[in-house]
Amino acid sequence: MVKQYAIAFGKKLVRVILLVIAVSIAAFALMTCSPVDPLQANVGQAALGSMSQEQIEKLQEYWGQGQPPVTRYLSWAKDFIRGDMGVSLLYRQSVSSVIAVKLVNSLFLMITAWLLSGLIGFFIGVIAGMNRGKLIDKCIKGYCLIISSTPTFWLALLLLMIFGVWLKVLPIGLSVPIGVEASGVTFLDRLQHAVLPAAALSILGVSNIALHTREKMIDICESDYVLFAKARGESSWQIFWHHGFRNVLLPAITLQFGAISEIFGGSVLVEQVFSYPGLGQAAVSAGLGSDMPLLMAITIISALFVFGGNLIANILYGIVDPRIRRGGVR
Amino acid sequence: MMRRTMTVPMENSFVWNRRKTLLVWLIIAVTFLTVVCIAGMYCGEAARATDFSQKNLAPCLAHPFGTDWLGRDMFVRTLRGLSISILIGVSAATFSALMAFLLGVSAATLGKTVDGIITWVIDLIMGVPHLLLLILICVAVGKGLKGVIIGVALTHWTSLTRLIRGEVMQLRESQYIKIAKKLGKSQWHIALKHMIPHLLPQFIVGLVLLFPHAILHESSITFLGFGLSSEQPAIGVILSESMKYLVTGNWWLALFPGIMLVLTVAFFYVAGENLRKLIDPSSAHE
Repeated sequence: MVKQYAIAFGKKLVRVILLVIAVSIAAFALMTCSPVDPLQANVGQAALGSMSQEQIEKLQEYWGQGQPPVTRYLSWAKDFIRGDMGVSLLYRQSVSSVIAVKLVNSLFLMITAWLLSGLIGFFIGVIAGMNRGKLIDKCIKGYCLIISSTPTFWLALLLLMIFGVWLKVLPIGLSVPIGVEASGVTFLDRLQHAVLPAAALSILGVSNIALHTREKMIDICESDYVLFAKARGESSWQIFWHHGFRNVLLPAITLQFGAISEIFGGSVLVEQVFSYPGLGQAAVSAGLGSDMPLLMAITIISALFVFGGNLIANILYGIVDPRIRRGGVR
Repeated sequence: MMRRTMTVPMENSFVWNRRKTLLVWLIIAVTFLTVVCIAGMYCGEAARATDFSQKNLAPCLAHPFGTDWLGRDMFVRTLRGLSISILIGVSAATFSALMAFLLGVSAATLGKTVDGIITWVIDLIMGVPHLLLLILICVAVGKGLKGVIIGVALTHWTSLTRLIRGEVMQLRESQYIKIAKKLGKSQWHIALKHMIPHLLPQFIVGLVLLFPHAILHESSITFLGFGLSSEQPAIGVILSESMKYLVTGNWWLALFPGIMLVLTVAFFYVAGENLRKLIDPSSAHE
């Protein structure tokens, strides 16, 4: 049994590693065939015109032009495996140190949003499903429709406008107060700066999981065993706790782990609006400035998160669902 | 399509049955979208016209959405931006859906190797967050209109492909297809008479439900600065410009275009969902 698990797990791990390598190659190929000239984008036409030929050649070497792509990919891969992930061309530091700072900022935001949206979505989904057709169900459904058609960045703008500009209760941007030394920044300051971005992300994450949980809950409420439970006189809380909870938890968990990629994409937009110095903002500036090593490292890290989430979902599935546990590994 | 007679309570003949309500919503949604789209196409000049005597006006009767710092009317700009976004979204999503159809059918019919490769590519694309992949593709193609369309088209086909693949596989195992084969019907006959009528409704619904996603992603990527240039008033450009003027109190620059964008996307969802309920046989009798 354990051996079976280990083999299945190993197979999945190999698959993930292959996928990550493929992601890196695809990302590299995309970056390589870009017609955007990194020199033009970062140095500017005017500055280039006033430079000598030697200076331009030196710059070209710095931005990695003139070498064949395969050599560049291999040297990038060597850097990546060595641990510092190469040198970011925009920040002039090793990518790993740039990312380490940004990742902590982003993770704080994303984990809060992920947990909040999952929990809230699950519960409003259950409430809507158990009260199908009633007013509260219609309200929740309408709310989910509006939320899923709202662009992330606009909601972020709206929150910024209401709480930052009008009410002036929360700061407008960044992750720490301006003009305060790094040692003077308290945890509360950080929290205050992360409230709005996290709120924007959590509000948007709710709709998907709520709608799916609602559908599942409706299916369960129509089943014979719930009918029988009602006939026995169980209250709706008892019906939920005994018959609904574990059944709807399963798809919800899978869905929420699958939503990691959505939250990652949302955080790019939210961070851009709040100029919150996280991974998403770094990805945008890397993309606009053709900073190949940084953008690739961010792509790979995000892919690792997504694949890792799927893997955890698979494992949890086995733990929560006795049918799969006893039936062996699929 | 078969019409079922519904039992309508006699004492209140005004009660509409579900089909009628769905149909009405569908018509409202389609009308709204066409009006926005066509109105936007005819006001390209007005959207660029500047009038410095009417800068930074709050919403009033003459300018329902206010004016911006160059005196451009925000209502016209919003319409124009939405129509650009709708056109880009619709064309990219259509391209994406056609790709999904071809790949889904070939994954299900061309044997194990092709299937393996296509599912692997789907996993690969789903592994990278959509927005990051869009950024990568837009950078690769060079920013601008082409980048946005190719980017959105290349990122949105995965889920529909999975759906179609599963559907075709299930169809191939179904009794009536097997019997048709045993009766000696040709491949073409089976495909045309049995497969297409089953797949087409689902494909169309999948296509319509791709539109809102495509529009949202188009506006997001433009907002980030990878899409259309600032000469074209796409909705993402309008909103990203409005960000600079937010702190000075020009709230109308962000509020109204955003609401219109939400309405547009919501109407696409409504159209798609109602279309699904109307033509999906499993929910038609509810």
